[in-house]
Amino acid sequence: MSIAAVRPDLPLATVNPVAKVAATVPLSIVLVLTLDAVSATVAIACELVLFTIVGFGSLLWSPRTLPVWIAAPLTGLTMVLYGAPSGAVLWEFGIIHVTEGSVQIGLATMARVIAIALPAVVLFLTVDPTDLADGLAQTLRLPARFVLGALAALRLIGASIDDWRTLSLARRARGVGDHGVIRRGLGQAFALLVLAIRRGSTLATAMEARGFGAPGERTWARTAHFGRREWIVIAVGCLVAAASATAAIMTGSWNVIWA
Amino acid sequence: MATRDASTLRPASVTARGWGWRHGGRRTPAVHDLDLDIRPGERVLLLGASGAGKSTLLHGIAGVLGGDDEGESVGELLVDGLPASASHGRSGLVLQDPDAQVVMARVGDDVAFGLENLGVAREEIWPRVRRALAAVALDLPLDHATAALSGGERQRLALAGVLAMRPGMILLDEPTANLDPAGVREVRDAVARVAHEEGATLVIIEHRVSVWLPVVDRIIVLGAGGGLLADGRPAEVLGSRAVELRAAGVWLPDEVPWYAPPPAVESGHPLLEAAALDVARVQGSPVLRGVDARVDAGRILAVTGPNGVGKSTLALTLAGLLRPDGGRLEPSAALAAGLLGEPWRWRSRDLLTRIGTVFQSPEHQFLTGSVRAELEVGPRALKLAPEERRARVDELLTALRLDGLAEANPFTLSGGEKRRLSVATAIAAKPRMLVLDEPTFGQDATTWRELGRLIVGLRDDGVGVVAVTHDEPFVEAVADHRLELGTRPNAPGVEQPDAATASTVGVHAAGVARDRGVEQRGPR
Repeated sequence: MSIAAVRPDLPLATVNPVAKVAATVPLSIVLVLTLDAVSATVAIACELVLFTIVGFGSLLWSPRTLPVWIAAPLTGLTMVLYGAPSGAVLWEFGIIHVTEGSVQIGLATMARVIAIALPAVVLFLTVDPTDLADGLAQTLRLPARFVLGALAALRLIGASIDDWRTLSLARRARGVGDHGVIRRGLGQAFALLVLAIRRGSTLATAMEARGFGAPGERTWARTAHFGRREWIVIAVGCLVAAASATAAIMTGSWNVIWA
Repeated sequence: MATRDASTLRPASVTARGWGWRHGGRRTPAVHDLDLDIRPGERVLLLGASGAGKSTLLHGIAGVLGGDDEGESVGELLVDGLPASASHGRSGLVLQDPDAQVVMARVGDDVAFGLENLGVAREEIWPRVRRALAAVALDLPLDHATAALSGGERQRLALAGVLAMRPGMILLDEPTANLDPAGVREVRDAVARVAHEEGATLVIIEHRVSVWLPVVDRIIVLGAGGGLLADGRPAEVLGSRAVELRAAGVWLPDEVPWYAPPPAVESGHPLLEAAALDVARVQGSPVLRGVDARVDAGRILAVTGPNGVGKSTLALTLAGLLRPDGGRLEPSAALAAGLLGEPWRWRSRDLLTRIGTVFQSPEHQFLTGSVRAELEVGPRALKLAPEERRARVDELLTALRLDGLAEANPFTLSGGEKRRLSVATAIAAKPRMLVLDEPTFGQDATTWRELGRLIVGLRDDGVGVVAVTHDEPFVEAVADHRLELGTRPNAPGVEQPDAATASTVGVHAAGVARDRGVEQRGPR
């Protein structure tokens, strides 16, 4: 069981992950600044077109992106029900005030969640954790100890998923499997933590025995490239952000969140 | 750290002078008063009773014991005349657990990891990675996923990772204890070839002497009370010190520690019958199909077969913990004792007195902070009266020599003690059937004998025992029947399974060599 599955078949898989993360930043900033439907809708349209051109068409509508399509409307709905009331009241029930204003905010929120989460999810499916670690350490010059430690920990998540299953079976075998979900879950979570620490310390010994943390400059077997393709990816991200901001300002719906 | 010259390998030496180590929080030292010299290029098998400090010494030589906050060191432990803790890169360590020492997600990256840490230039890294993989005969693409490797392959990968660093000394801490017989041979042969070609000093810890005898030229035995018990050429040490070695739990070559007496002839009514059983960890994707098996009261059934064939999954299914993916699993009236349906439908508490399970890794089944509380879990769930509970627990503590440890935390016990405790927790509820997953895995001869006696004692009380194992001496000396999982022989008239699963699916059961006259079950 591994969550660190390599997907070399996907488009953009060979682009430095740092560039892919960086490309999503400008749009996120724009969409956090303004609360309107136009900017987010333009962004979604750009994303769908771009991802389809690059070759993510099938991925966009696969179960991998399903959480985005489910979570976004739910977030919107809470804003519709509980958002600051303004304009005509459409429906009222207890503390719930559905007004024209809150419906608008709800739609805008839904669109913004999709616009920010969709590229994050799609691009992250193309990121191999090892490449990300290489990018963080070599391109961004983050400390190697920290980055490689995190990478190794990520590999242990798969082992922890197997541990969790075995722990459930073991509890049933020990005669305590009939307890309530909460009581069982808490005890099991603690046991999982103990196992994870033990596994982690063995791995740390194995890493130390292979010179991890030794004094002196560390070299890198793989090069994290950062060239023309990376800059293009970032530029495209900036363009999408600029397009959505421009559209919002031109239509007059630009609405800075604290204004 | 400077990159060492690529062309020559200089074997390392070890010198210990009055060396000792006490782990932080322990009262007694793990090793004390050790004087030892290992010359460059020697191949040493390090033996000793469990708790004699073999692993501590090996970790000490590897320089991974940690600093003052992790323990207290006395005397000197030198590698090539320098303190071992300051000689990173002079020695390479391979640990027992194949799963816990893979660092990277891809084979090539994992071997390169140590070289990167040593600061080797990139253009030199990849040739060295390829050469190390070739040396351990791991013929895989560099981007092969490490998660997809078998246990034996993982250990060879760990060895390659060490080799690529060109250490003057290779340290192996029970490298084959967790492997099936094929994996054991793979790793042993790789180490032998490497030792021959590279000439590095070699120090190996392993209970089973026969595996490593062809490779080593010196045996060192650590005494339980500190210092050395024996030291010399393998033939001399094994010949002159056999009695002490046996007492220290060492497996002498071609010796089985204990043989079980045959079971009583008249017992043996069926408890559980599996017909065309498909088993799966995740419903819908069976790992093993069409198993026919029967568990009898008062008999021990050994389930054998190569790694990955689905032995553990079958055991958990027979134990009523996993739902069968197909076929039937029928408990007899003697086992069900009034309950209806297949065992996986029974409540957890009802399972306790019917089928007990001992997991492969004892840590998975520990629930409490003390040995006594651990043993009380089952009796408490059964709502036994306190006197009855106490009586059962005390009896088990004495019988399994855990009475001195009643208040100890189960996680702090030694490997053999953990194994005994995990068996004890299952039998505290007096189940009619007991399922054990690798009960004798990686145990020294003393624990092996104790476990054998314990299991046979249960058998003679009428308990039906299923033991998943790849321990041949256990099958030979303790089990009554064998169910061998593996490739189905192409018997005429036998329907072929579908091609996709043919290699692992077929099941045949054959009587053990000294089968005691009980019905044999042929291929389906």
